[in-house]
Amino acid sequence: MADQAGQQPVPAPARPVRDGLMLGLAVGTSGLAFGAAAVSSGLTAVQACVLSLLAYTGASQFALAGVVAAGGSLVAGAASAVLLGSRNALYGLRLAGLLQVRGPARLLAAHGVIDESTAIALAQPDGASARAGFRATFASLYLSWNLTTAIGALGAGRLGSPQSIGLDVIGPAAFLALIWPQLRAGWTERGVGLLGAVIALAATPFCPPGVPVILAASAALAGALADGTGGGPAAPAGGLP
Amino acid sequence: MTGTWIAVLATAGGCYALKLAGLTVPQRLLARPLPRRFAELVPVALLAALAAVQTLASGQALHADPARLAGMAAAVAALVARAPFLAVIVTAAGTAAALRALGLG
Repeated sequence: MADQAGQQPVPAPARPVRDGLMLGLAVGTSGLAFGAAAVSSGLTAVQACVLSLLAYTGASQFALAGVVAAGGSLVAGAASAVLLGSRNALYGLRLAGLLQVRGPARLLAAHGVIDESTAIALAQPDGASARAGFRATFASLYLSWNLTTAIGALGAGRLGSPQSIGLDVIGPAAFLALIWPQLRAGWTERGVGLLGAVIALAATPFCPPGVPVILAASAALAGALADGTGGGPAAPAGGLP
Repeated sequence: MTGTWIAVLATAGGCYALKLAGLTVPQRLLARPLPRRFAELVPVALLAALAAVQTLASGQALHADPARLAGMAAAVAALVARAPFLAVIVTAAGTAAALRALGLG
């Protein structure tokens, strides 16, 4: 690692590897909940582990387990799980220019495109930090998510509640912290964040879990259109206004 | 059982294909202002939505867990005070855990 090489002062948000590793380890522990939920909904422990290894996107995995538990159609279960994965495609749109990966490296990087790795990468001030943060988050979260899935699937009942040490707050607090610089950057960003949250909460009672978050993408479209009609080209994001 | 395996593998394959598709979209498509601005704003919208839903919903029910709300309030306070990322996370989780240990959650 060349972390020590640069002499210029590192700006506050530029601790991509440390932040990514810690977030990955902390959030990855929710694999415990997935492993336990998957087995109690009727998947085998091996199927739970294969999902974490190969699908590697929490919302989709919980969705499939939920449909299996409810005795729903497997086709509908797989379809809704894949639909929930569509937000990763939207993240990829944004990450492609930052990650600059081609060929086999792109095939590997694609597997790591999820909420946390995207959030860490986008919170960095430059491309090199974004790539380092993405890799660190991917590696630590992948290891921790798969390990805890196996533990949860094989013997969940005896473990204490993750809520008792506040693990359920880590995800939302991390997402808020990671978009905070963008929320500070402009009125459009604040409006889009607020509208996205309101849309998702309003849709929650009426949609299966996961779908409300996808609907929130319409807030980004509204923000882009609002900027477009405001005259002048859109300001580049990812830095100071 | 075989059907379940097919569903598991179809889910894995579909989820991976979507991740790869996003990274593979030609960048010149994002050169135009509207698609580029949309791609920039999508993570803000989705991550704000995730934070809201994970704070205020459990399953399809809206539900305000007091310890979780207090944890998020502590996170906002830490962010306003310009605390570094890890301090924000530890403050949020620690606040929720402390309230639950005291029986207030």
